[in-house]
Amino acid sequence: MTPETGAKGQQRPPRVPEPYAPVGARPDDWALQHPLDPEAKIDLDEILADLERYRPRRRGWTWRTPVEDQVLGPFSYRETSRSLRRSVPLPAAKYFGDIDPQPDCVVTTEIASGRFEDDIRRMRMTAWHGADHIMVIRTAGQSHMDGLLEGTPEGVGGIAVTRKQVRATRKALDLIEDEVGRPINFHSYVSGVAGPEIAVMFAEEGVNGAHQDPQYNVLYRNINMVRSFVDAAVAKRIMAAANMAQIDGAHNANATAREAWKVMPELLVQHGINCAYSVKVGMPKENICLSTVPPDATPAPCVRMDLPYAVALRDLFGEFKMRAQQNTRYIESCGREATVNHVLNMLISRLTTADIQSTITPDEGRNVPWHYNNVHAVNTARQTLVGLDGLRKVVEVDREAPELKSKVREIKERAVLFLEGMIRDGGYFGAVQEGYFVDSGCYPETNDDGIFRKIDGGVGVGTVVERADDYMAPVCHHFGDNHLPEGLGKPCDLIGGCTLCDEALIPFIDELDPEDNVNVRLERTAELREKGLIKPEVQWAGDGIVVVTMFLPAAERVAEAAALELAKAMNLQEPEVVHKQVMHPAEGTLLEVRGRLDVTVDPATLVIPEEKQLLPEDEIRAFVKEHGLKCVAATVGNDEHSVGMREIIDIKHGGIEKYGIECIYLGTSVPVDKLLDAAIEHAADAVLLSTIITHGDIHRQNMEKIADLAVEKGVRDKLLLISGGTQVTDDLARSWGMDAGFGRGTTGHDVASFMVEALRARAAQKE
Amino acid sequence: MARADEYLAWRTHLADLSDAELEARFWELVDEIVDPLVDLARTHTSPSIERSVLMRMGVDSLTCNAVVNEVDKRGLLGHGAGHVVLHCAQQWDVDVRAAAARLAAGEGWDLVDQKWGGRDDA
Repeated sequence: MTPETGAKGQQRPPRVPEPYAPVGARPDDWALQHPLDPEAKIDLDEILADLERYRPRRRGWTWRTPVEDQVLGPFSYRETSRSLRRSVPLPAAKYFGDIDPQPDCVVTTEIASGRFEDDIRRMRMTAWHGADHIMVIRTAGQSHMDGLLEGTPEGVGGIAVTRKQVRATRKALDLIEDEVGRPINFHSYVSGVAGPEIAVMFAEEGVNGAHQDPQYNVLYRNINMVRSFVDAAVAKRIMAAANMAQIDGAHNANATAREAWKVMPELLVQHGINCAYSVKVGMPKENICLSTVPPDATPAPCVRMDLPYAVALRDLFGEFKMRAQQNTRYIESCGREATVNHVLNMLISRLTTADIQSTITPDEGRNVPWHYNNVHAVNTARQTLVGLDGLRKVVEVDREAPELKSKVREIKERAVLFLEGMIRDGGYFGAVQEGYFVDSGCYPETNDDGIFRKIDGGVGVGTVVERADDYMAPVCHHFGDNHLPEGLGKPCDLIGGCTLCDEALIPFIDELDPEDNVNVRLERTAELREKGLIKPEVQWAGDGIVVVTMFLPAAERVAEAAALELAKAMNLQEPEVVHKQVMHPAEGTLLEVRGRLDVTVDPATLVIPEEKQLLPEDEIRAFVKEHGLKCVAATVGNDEHSVGMREIIDIKHGGIEKYGIECIYLGTSVPVDKLLDAAIEHAADAVLLSTIITHGDIHRQNMEKIADLAVEKGVRDKLLLISGGTQVTDDLARSWGMDAGFGRGTTGHDVASFMVEALRARAAQKE
Repeated sequence: MARADEYLAWRTHLADLSDAELEARFWELVDEIVDPLVDLARTHTSPSIERSVLMRMGVDSLTCNAVVNEVDKRGLLGHGAGHVVLHCAQQWDVDVRAAAARLAAGEGWDLVDQKWGGRDDA
């Protein structure tokens, strides 16, 4: 929900969400009739109910709606899009009226816990932080399954992509996109040996984008190269029919090669092959996205090395879309290091162009991404892209700079030499057999460490057959020779319609496996949901995983062993050090330790103090401007402390002066009668009295004394008496004659808000 | 085979090309590599492609598997699994989904063999 109260207790005005008309929704749209309650968790039972009848509201990809020269709060922007109706703004947004500028490009998050029912909740969280391209990573083993999976088996290192999983996820995303007020693109993989079938299922289920690149199958999944290309043509044509965005697989060369910066020429070749192949089988160029990664990372001088590549790529592929991926090749367990590399990657996105900005979670070097790291990654993108907004209006890449110019040219020439070599060696298949790809040499240099594949090898070898003279497929959007009878309006007229033309024909299969399915998994965590019990989690409901950060004054290996002992003492099960970093070889080591905490908390047993409601800062300022507000302040008794009072008063510390309140500070160890006299003399509205709690009860006596004096002198009604100190409580202060007491953690906002409200209440009483 | 970086020696024929000519050369070469692959795809099919055809005909994935496996075993994939199902549907005067279900249950393969001739090793 939109936070009404910031971390430091600042209150914000409630934001009324803009109305939203979802793209492609029909009047009877289910999601529109069952909107999510921002105050309540998503109801998984409702998502799973009646899935066999659920239909997605649209097909195809949606880009963000750019807003030119958008003005938000005190700023104007050059590269932003329409705002969300609900979101969690970046933390510092509270200083700027909670604005949440959304970059112009689509922002991706990759989610894959292996259980879609848990991923759905994470999708909702990331959408509130600005993700509108939700990619579910598929469990690797599925790419070798020759056919579709049905049901919802649990995946390892990714999701088992099935019709039920896809439909439930799309249904949840339809709700979530209405909640945040922006279309959300759902994305997975059309790869492996069942590409054409996955493509049909995705088209039928409203999946909006997919990876599709036959080269990926060949190189990284060892799928037979003939099968991979023949299948890809049909898959791509179906994706085109559903207006899906396609992302290629070239970035994997960067993530795989030993010396990633040397594969730049090959990357251009891989992009070129997939782009040309896609166009030739009927995919529009605007749906074809290049998955491009800045190949280098620090300590390399990576921006200077990667920029020529980014420029060369955009020169050659200007008609296509750029999906800027982040570097994973050199990601280690330090989330901070990963984040800085990703920020540098986005500097390149902003210096050139990006249509989709992908994000990689900062924990990618440790584990399958966790909930909050997806949110962190999306926020890194949102923050950086907004921070670099309009950079090219003031900074230009110097195309004539000799180093850039010659590097751009060299990368293109090397790519052309690569292509010439491929043709000499028998075209694509010949080149793959010769180990052209993912070689760590910068072509024409080779190191003979590339990936070699045989045309008569790999998964699915020998399964491709020639189409006969009477080959026929009586369906629409089928690629290749198809000997249909003449005179048909469209191919599926022969059979009374196909699923791409008539969605009523789409069949649905529920769970096939009685053990490995969503209902069984949900049963295991039913108690948590039904009783509303709270247990920590990072990816699955009730997984209990927590991470403890500790600095230990010991050398690395000793520190690691000690950290595990400490984790056991904290009752953490199966502790594991997930990150360690030497601060100094002898002085100490920073460690992060993961463990499972098998403890639940019942919120019904918690005593939660009531939340203070503060007036918005602008309202306080307006009141002070109109009525004026003056106070006299001092530390009373024999107390030389002034820090607390300074924090409350000084504009530098965010104190009450910033609202225009006039403060007369009398200093420390001020007797209370002097303080009161000063208040009368200056015709102040309030007295601020700071005190420590003493054994001799002096604090109570001081408060009672000033209250009594004020009554004696006939000014009690004209003055607000406010006391403060680290151990002061409001209840005690009031019982001793004060109007309010403020304790530890008080800010100027708290005090100013109280003063304005109290003065208003007094004015109202007088009337 | 490992090879040193011979870029400077290899590039001589590209040196005089303008940037636009170099980029055009890139795309000509890509086309030359991709065109035979597109031709291969146009004239060939696979079990997955044929299952995707049956799916578009409204057949569920389990039935798709059963029918395509049998069509493949009989060496008839090149005629199109959808074509096989359509033929039986016409013979039986039922819709294609019902025909696929009957084929998956083992019915009707004699009709298929009559049209396309069964293989002895089927």
